[in-house]
Amino acid sequence: MSNLSTAISNKNPASLPSSEAGGVGQRTLSAIRRFIRSSPVGAVSLAIWIIIIFMAIFAPQIAPHDPLEPTYVEEGPSAAHILGTDRLGRDVLSRIIFGARITLLVAFISVLLGDAIGFLWGIASGYLGERFDLISQRLVDVLMSFPGLILALLLMVVLGAGLTTVIIAIAVTRIPSSTRITRSVVLTVKETSYVEAARMIGVPTWAIMLRHVAPQCVAPILVVATLHLGAAIFAESALSFLGMGIPPPAPSWGNMLGGVLAAAFRPPWWLVIFPGLAITISIMAANLIGDALRDFLDPKLRQRLD
Amino acid sequence: MSKYILNRILIAIPTIIGITMLIFLAMRVLPGDPLAIVQSESTGAYVLSDDELQQLRASLGLDQPYYIQYLDWMRQVLSGNFGTSFWTNEPISALIARRGPITAQIAIMAVILSWLIGVPVGMLSAMWRNSMLDYASRLTVTVFIAMPSYWVGMLIVLFTVLVYSWRPPLTIIQFWDDPIGNMQITLLPSLALGAGLAAVTARMARSAALEVMYEDYVRTARAKGLSYAAVVWRHVFKNAMLPVITTSGLALGGLLGGAVSVEKAFGIPGLGNLLVQALTERDWMMIQNLVLLYGLIFAVINLLVDLSYAWFDPRIRYE
Repeated sequence: MSNLSTAISNKNPASLPSSEAGGVGQRTLSAIRRFIRSSPVGAVSLAIWIIIIFMAIFAPQIAPHDPLEPTYVEEGPSAAHILGTDRLGRDVLSRIIFGARITLLVAFISVLLGDAIGFLWGIASGYLGERFDLISQRLVDVLMSFPGLILALLLMVVLGAGLTTVIIAIAVTRIPSSTRITRSVVLTVKETSYVEAARMIGVPTWAIMLRHVAPQCVAPILVVATLHLGAAIFAESALSFLGMGIPPPAPSWGNMLGGVLAAAFRPPWWLVIFPGLAITISIMAANLIGDALRDFLDPKLRQRLD
Repeated sequence: MSKYILNRILIAIPTIIGITMLIFLAMRVLPGDPLAIVQSESTGAYVLSDDELQQLRASLGLDQPYYIQYLDWMRQVLSGNFGTSFWTNEPISALIARRGPITAQIAIMAVILSWLIGVPVGMLSAMWRNSMLDYASRLTVTVFIAMPSYWVGMLIVLFTVLVYSWRPPLTIIQFWDDPIGNMQITLLPSLALGAGLAAVTARMARSAALEVMYEDYVRTARAKGLSYAAVVWRHVFKNAMLPVITTSGLALGGLLGGAVSVEKAFGIPGLGNLLVQALTERDWMMIQNLVLLYGLIFAVINLLVDLSYAWFDPRIRYE
């Protein structure tokens, strides 16, 4: 994460792709087109994510079986159950498709929540400075002093297992890094002449933070959020794998892996492989989108490193 | 240098105090009462009556005001008293002493493995940039960064069970008692844990090496007639290692968290499994002190990373 923060704090706000022409929709469309052209790998990853999102939305239509309906027959992949069935005879493919719902819900909301707090906190901390900044940064230090998963585990036991608490626990672990990174950008933006000019003509502090400082931090936080998406999926899967996250019988990719090896002398390989693949592919795609987005928003960095 | 060290240690102290306060508050304020967690476990073996609750509360000092409880806790921890398990009455320090070494060993071996694999891969990838080797290693790195370490562990166990019908034994064998038996338990988990870190290290080493390769002093070294290998070894490698050290130091935190789930995947009775057990059993004193231990270890690691940074880069020392 440190390379990311230095990479982003080094970035020159002027290197943002300028987009004056056209309406918002057209601008977005042309930005997407440019993104796809700049990074084919990123585009493929984006496509993978769109597929996963569709899978989650239309799970009831796509899934061949009921994810919760047990048949009590555990079997490997077959024509009827393409990815096999689990210990209770539930269809693995259907569980993975429905699991995408929980995984995406947790990932999106926790990242949105955590990074939004980190974003606002970072702006306030960086721009206001002085005592508020000092106290904020010591607090961030403390939050950063826990391995993320340990902090999440502590919160889970305190708040109790469940969907909402998983989201909160993961959101909290996202806050420190997004605060740090936003703050580091604010520190450079704060010194620019247009911010100084705004201050001179008496624009209120909150308005400067909102109108002049915040927009410069959007691109970096977008990159961070994309990378956090992968981290959140990992965190949810690990918590659920440990039995501290999404409680069964609701399918989550992580809790599908829990206890699989312990249950049988010869562990059913399909129960290990397929949920893990779902986790890995979605994390990998999120990471690749994040990398591509960073290169796209900051071409200077790309030239330097690649 | 000694001034820098002292300074850095002084900065670490408020953070450590903050860690203790955060844990204390999380355990006390959020659910209301640690015993309430125990009591609300309706599936637990017994439900406490009101009298028992009062008695327990008094014996554990929970009827005291928060600040006295906090100071008591601090005094006990500082005097090396980590309390006892709520359910088994076993001293927590004894549990840590028995289970800690195996976890520490796995984590340290994971870091060493990540260096042995990651640094050469990253350096070679940078030296032969845009070759097939470079592309292959970058693809592998991308995959391994995304793979959760506990899943890598599960794949390893699955492989050894299905192919060799062999499962790692589920006991603790300390290295000093039986090195070979110890390795049977620790080597594969540290590989699972180290694989992801190796990928991060390789990626970091590659980009650091590429950055250094365009420095003036590297061109000068080449121009004065040093061989490519000598330049890479003497100039590029040394200077590229700095960010690598920081990254793997910072990654150690993730490693500590990751070790919990890897231990679970392999069924290793280490510190991580102890924590998971304490969490599921709501053994609150154990949770409180184990989380503190993790926080402290992480704080010390961060301190060491900072110090090593200054050791390798004199510019920081004399700032």
